[in-house]
Amino acid sequence: MSTTTESIKMNLPKEVQVLAEKVLSRSNPRSFLIPLLHKLQDVEGYLKEEYIAEIASLLGITKAEVVGVASFYNHFKLTPQGKHSISICLGTACHVKGAGFVADKIKELLGISEGQTTADKQFSFVAARCLGMCAMAPVLMVDGKVFGSVTPEMVEGILCQYGYKGGK
Amino acid sequence: MHDRSDLSSPAPVMENPVGSNGSPNQLTTPLEMVRKKRQEAIWQLFDEKFHTDFRITVGSATCENAAGSQAVYDRLSERLKGLKGPRVTIGRVGCAGRCDMEPVVNVISKGGVPVKYVHVTPEIADLIIDNHILKNKIVEEHSMHHVEGVGTRTRMLLVCDGSACKLDVGPTVSYLREKLNKSGIGDKVTVTRSQCKGRCQNGPVLHVYPDDIEYQQLTPEKIDQIVEEHLCKDKIVASLATKNNKVSNRFIPFFGDVHFFGKQLRIALRNCGVIDPESINEYLAVRGYEAAASVVQMDRAKVIETVKQSLLRGRGGAGFLTASKWELAAVQKSEEKYLICNADEGDPGAFMDRSLIEGDPHTIIEGMIIAGYAMGATQGFVYTRIEYPLAIERLNLAIGKARDYGFLGKNLFGTTWSFDIEVRLGAGAFVCGEETALIHSIEGFRGEPMQKPPFPTTSGLWGKPTVINNVETYANLPAVLLDGAGWFASVGTGKSTGTKVFALAGKVRNTGLVEVPMGTTLREIIYEIGGGISGGRKFKAVQTGGPAGGCLPESFLDTPVDYESLTAAGSIMGSGGMIVMDEDTCMVDVARFFMEFMVDESCGQCTPCRSGTKVLLKILEKITHGQGTMEDLDKLVELSKTIQQSSLCGLGKCAPNSVLSTLTHFRHEYEEHILQHKCRAGVCKNLFHYEIEADKCIGCRLCAKACPVGCIIGNLKEPHVIMTELCTSCGTCFQVCRKGAVKKTTEAAR
Repeated sequence: MSTTTESIKMNLPKEVQVLAEKVLSRSNPRSFLIPLLHKLQDVEGYLKEEYIAEIASLLGITKAEVVGVASFYNHFKLTPQGKHSISICLGTACHVKGAGFVADKIKELLGISEGQTTADKQFSFVAARCLGMCAMAPVLMVDGKVFGSVTPEMVEGILCQYGYKGGK
Repeated sequence: MHDRSDLSSPAPVMENPVGSNGSPNQLTTPLEMVRKKRQEAIWQLFDEKFHTDFRITVGSATCENAAGSQAVYDRLSERLKGLKGPRVTIGRVGCAGRCDMEPVVNVISKGGVPVKYVHVTPEIADLIIDNHILKNKIVEEHSMHHVEGVGTRTRMLLVCDGSACKLDVGPTVSYLREKLNKSGIGDKVTVTRSQCKGRCQNGPVLHVYPDDIEYQQLTPEKIDQIVEEHLCKDKIVASLATKNNKVSNRFIPFFGDVHFFGKQLRIALRNCGVIDPESINEYLAVRGYEAAASVVQMDRAKVIETVKQSLLRGRGGAGFLTASKWELAAVQKSEEKYLICNADEGDPGAFMDRSLIEGDPHTIIEGMIIAGYAMGATQGFVYTRIEYPLAIERLNLAIGKARDYGFLGKNLFGTTWSFDIEVRLGAGAFVCGEETALIHSIEGFRGEPMQKPPFPTTSGLWGKPTVINNVETYANLPAVLLDGAGWFASVGTGKSTGTKVFALAGKVRNTGLVEVPMGTTLREIIYEIGGGISGGRKFKAVQTGGPAGGCLPESFLDTPVDYESLTAAGSIMGSGGMIVMDEDTCMVDVARFFMEFMVDESCGQCTPCRSGTKVLLKILEKITHGQGTMEDLDKLVELSKTIQQSSLCGLGKCAPNSVLSTLTHFRHEYEEHILQHKCRAGVCKNLFHYEIEADKCIGCRLCAKACPVGCIIGNLKEPHVIMTELCTSCGTCFQVCRKGAVKKTTEAAR
């Protein structure tokens, strides 16, 4: 690294900046790209383009490289997400226990497919590959809270807890 | 190595209690340092926790929390605050494996069989306090024994079933049962056959719980004496008794639940569900860090040699000899060497690593110290999933504590060696479980695998020699060293030693985490530990090894689980996911499901995997839509073989396994889809339809109102009819009908 912390004016959210400063004094700062993206997404909800550029210049790599990494990993979002994030687990155990029917119900109620956000920006819906709670299959996670043994009939009640008012 | 002052012995011998201000004790060896810390830990724990009438433990892991264990813990803690009477302590423990019964609360009283309460709510927590704690009256209806219908017993007897020594213990068990009945205590004692415990020269072996006494080389005369004196009069037959002094499998008295745990042998999971994962003192009290402390004083080559004798193989699935991997890195000349713990548990249907880290994080750290020392590592990394927040939190907490205690960091254990561990997080890419992809991900790149060789042991992280082992492999290491490599090698089969942890899920009654000796059959795991198929349905297949594994039918249920046998059967050991499927599962759909997974998760670097899996998926979708041809089956096989032979990494090479194994074992289902347009399981939407049974329908209009396409007609209080040609088979009517009048018909429709 030819740059030093002082010479860079960082335009990042504060928490990300704190981590970035720490990272630059470590060996192999590039290896902290993913931790930085995690932090950014935690704070902002998604990876804003201007911040991506900032992180790229900080680590001395191109913006394309950062986007290349960010787009490789499912967890990173490049577009703004809804207020509540709903993940349906589509792991094997959930699949054999009927998670597909639960997913259909969510899509029907929210009127969106996997990877989309409702027009009112209230809900984002993603399919997770496995949340590792196979014994409670099928599993639904809303904003980090886990619901186990979910049936299609339970979906509406769960969504209502997060402000769903019925769309049909 | 036989220091017995630990949790299982009643009182620790203390010469020098905590913070003694006497003469400064010059600690000469790391082992002495750890032992002193252990004494301090035990002393503190006895004051705080164990010198009580009751000890209550509440399960606390991701699943337990999701099931509501926090509210239960809070209620119990609140009630205990102002409680007068018995002395009670409460603590959190990791997952013991009974996932289907959570939240689980365990009440341990001195000398008694532990009582486990299941599906506990704050209201049941009140009942536990009011009755069990205050009146010493077990709340039968909420106990696990009651739920499982076995009644409360005062003692549990486990007879080792001799799978390794090939001893027929049938007559011993019959004689024991007969003797118990004659003595009139047949209904107070449970007799179960347990898995081989590696005491093979001394069989038949009987373990008596909760006393935790072992009787070896049983004869009818000895059995008479044991029943008459120990079991009837509570007098241990001292002349025959031995005590289990291994760190493995010593907590059956704490688990209590002998029907689930009796067939298991807990080495990697030895502390899960017993100790508080957030307390380094509790880990120290069960001889934690003792193995690491001994190792850092040994010659590196000697450590490798010892682990080699145990024949421990990688638990990530490939089964490479762990010590040989270390050796390859140890001989490399380099200033820097790295050790990585692969906790990127991406297989859908697997949660062993998560449970291990959440339940006993210090074991992983200790295992890494041992491996790191043996190979000469300068820095360690744990690479785990962002999807596991609780595991990350506990691991970081444990690493911090280990540093505070001088077990990690500069000059750890007062030696000249320095080694620290850092946690790095993935970001949702299955392929990062592949070791070269994982290395790229830590370096901050896309997780794309690389051609091997060079292997990471030569050129890994930042081009330096790197060893990558799986979470479960590390968890075994302290036990291998404390209980002996020879003993470890005697458990399991000749080539696959020790145990394997499986995440048992799907259509099985007892879903959860189990650890069994290698060589246990699939049938024993699914039927004896798993309790068989849930809902009275019929077994169809068991899927092992995740997306890279295969599905085995009923005729393969007697396959022993070890690396070679599972591979020969057409599946793989993999990391330990085990999904049970019943007749409601369509095997073509399962193959389609896994292929969809592979298409999503292929990193896209090489054509066979990137495009090959897409074509496979297309063909499978064609078949599940009822448009397949018999030629498609040949195409599937041919393309699968091409992908296997020409893909760059393990992910691609294994991608077609689910297609090939279902085609081998369930070809008839493919043929039915193609030739008869029939999906016997009623899963493939184009190949079944819904009908309303006129004699069951009461004409309540519930289904007609719910139908999103309005294809159900009929007047109020008259049987309704589904207009099949408009129906999309969404299943809404099937779900809403309260009379069970809507049924799936898999016979050719239309």
